Amino acid sequence: MAILEVKHICKRFDDTEVLKDISFSLEKGQVVSIIGSSGSGKTTLLRCLNFLEQPDGGTITVGGEVLFDGADPSAQKEKEIRRKRLHFGLVFQSFNLFPQYTALRNVMLAKELLAKQRPDYKKNKKQILSEIEEEARNLLTQMGLEDRMDNYPYQLSGGQCQRVAIARALALSPDILCFDEPTSALDPELTGEVLKVIKELAAKKTTMIIVTHEMAFARDVANQVIFMDDGYIVEQGDPVQVINNPREERTRQFLARFDQEN
Amino acid sequence: MFWTVTLSLMKGMLTTFQLFALTLLFAIPLGLVVSFGSMSRFTPLRGVVKVFVWIIRGTPLMLQLLVVYYGPGLLFDWDLLPRFQAVLVAFVINYACYFSEIFRGGIQSISRGQYEAGEVLGMTRSQIFFKVTLLQVIKRIVPPMSNEIITLVKDTSLARIIAVYEIIWNGQKFIKSDGIIWPLFYTAVFYLLFNGVLTILFGLLEKKLDYFRV
Ligand SMILES: Nc1ncnc2c1ncn2[C@@H]1O[C@H](COP(=O)(O)OP(=O)(O)OP(=O)(O)O)[C@@H](O)[C@H]1O
Ligand SMILES: [Mg+2]
Repeated sequence: MAILEVKHICKRFDDTEVLKDISFSLEKGQVVSIIGSSGSGKTTLLRCLNFLEQPDGGTITVGGEVLFDGADPSAQKEKEIRRKRLHFGLVFQSFNLFPQYTALRNVMLAKELLAKQRPDYKKNKKQILSEIEEEARNLLTQMGLEDRMDNYPYQLSGGQCQRVAIARALALSPDILCFDEPTSALDPELTGEVLKVIKELAAKKTTMIIVTHEMAFARDVANQVIFMDDGYIVEQGDPVQVINNPREERTRQFLARFDQEN
Repeated sequence: MFWTVTLSLMKGMLTTFQLFALTLLFAIPLGLVVSFGSMSRFTPLRGVVKVFVWIIRGTPLMLQLLVVYYGPGLLFDWDLLPRFQAVLVAFVINYACYFSEIFRGGIQSISRGQYEAGEVLGMTRSQIFFKVTLLQVIKRIVPPMSNEIITLVKDTSLARIIAVYEIIWNGQKFIKSDGIIWPLFYTAVFYLLFNGVLTILFGLLEKKLDYFRV
């Protein structure tokens, strides 16, 4: 069974319909890339999955649990949402690291705060915290940042910041990790190091949804590619087929325009 | 004579300092409340707060002092507030409004992304406020706050218009009693020393927050 099932998600801002009936599913350990022109609704879709926006309709199911149901009018309580959104992680285009904390503290902070709710926190505080730190160090090492742990974000390059942000999202072990154009804010020479760690995550069977404008990357890393246009999924399927050999005219136009620009 | 004057000015300085410290003590929390009001999503509240802040910032503090001191008596026939308390009330309201604008600017300068990053990491609103945004806001508002607080030191001299005996009043009285004007100018030394200390303290605070950048 799919770990994530998205069905008939709609979202409108005032009068503009930004998402119009989005449905797709994702198997555990698989990667889906989402491509599409500016304004097609890619960011909005990720924000809906992470409960930063509330869809107007549709359902979101993770591991069999319905996290969101547009037909169920009962208001979503803040506490419930906090629990539900932990199924997802989100890596932002602009990193959004916390500037007053070191790389290590950025990765540890949320987990520490969550640990405070554990009944045995008071008793085993020392041990719990050292475990959290240990995990954070491992994650940063995995991101190739073993000698950057005590640096503040302003002391890091964009590529390093984004890798800290990835470690920070991974620290909460989300079921599904979402990326919103993770390399769009980076100089071309820094893009590669971020794409590399994402590829490594894919090789380790991390379930991911990646919105990107890097077509070659989208094709190579993903098990499935979704092309969005004007709030619809126009085409989805095998990465090589969608990107090298699209069926739909709209996809072809988008990719052709894209080739010209690059 | 010099010692008589110095002693008298020191006595005035004590009143000045009390007014200064008490104003800060009350105006900072009140300013925070006012800034939340001015950012409220409830439009009528926001409107009322904005008009209030506009009136307070748009009229001289000296008039506000007189209104607080004489107003209740003239309007409702109430007894006058004790002089010092009247001054304090006027100062707290006035400075709370100025501070509220600084706080609002500081809070609104934090990018949405900081809140959203906290949210997707499962933090509560208060955790985001205390663990993520507060220190960034403080860092941003230290320079404008230090300006405003140094202005407050000098504004306390307005208290003499309803005969609260702060330092300028104490300097001025020697003109009448002894026909000398230098004590009035001598008060500047006290202001300079006091503001010098404040400037150093704010400098230290800024330095302490220098380890990160927002
Ligand atoms: N909060 C909002 N209020 C109103 N309109 C919005 C809001 N957020 C997004 N939109 C609109 O929704 C549409 C889709 O935006 P979205 O950011 O999801 O596109 P995108 O596919 O991520 O584009 P890009 O490639 O430029 O990042 C745009 O037309 C945008 O103007
Ligand atoms: Mg986007």
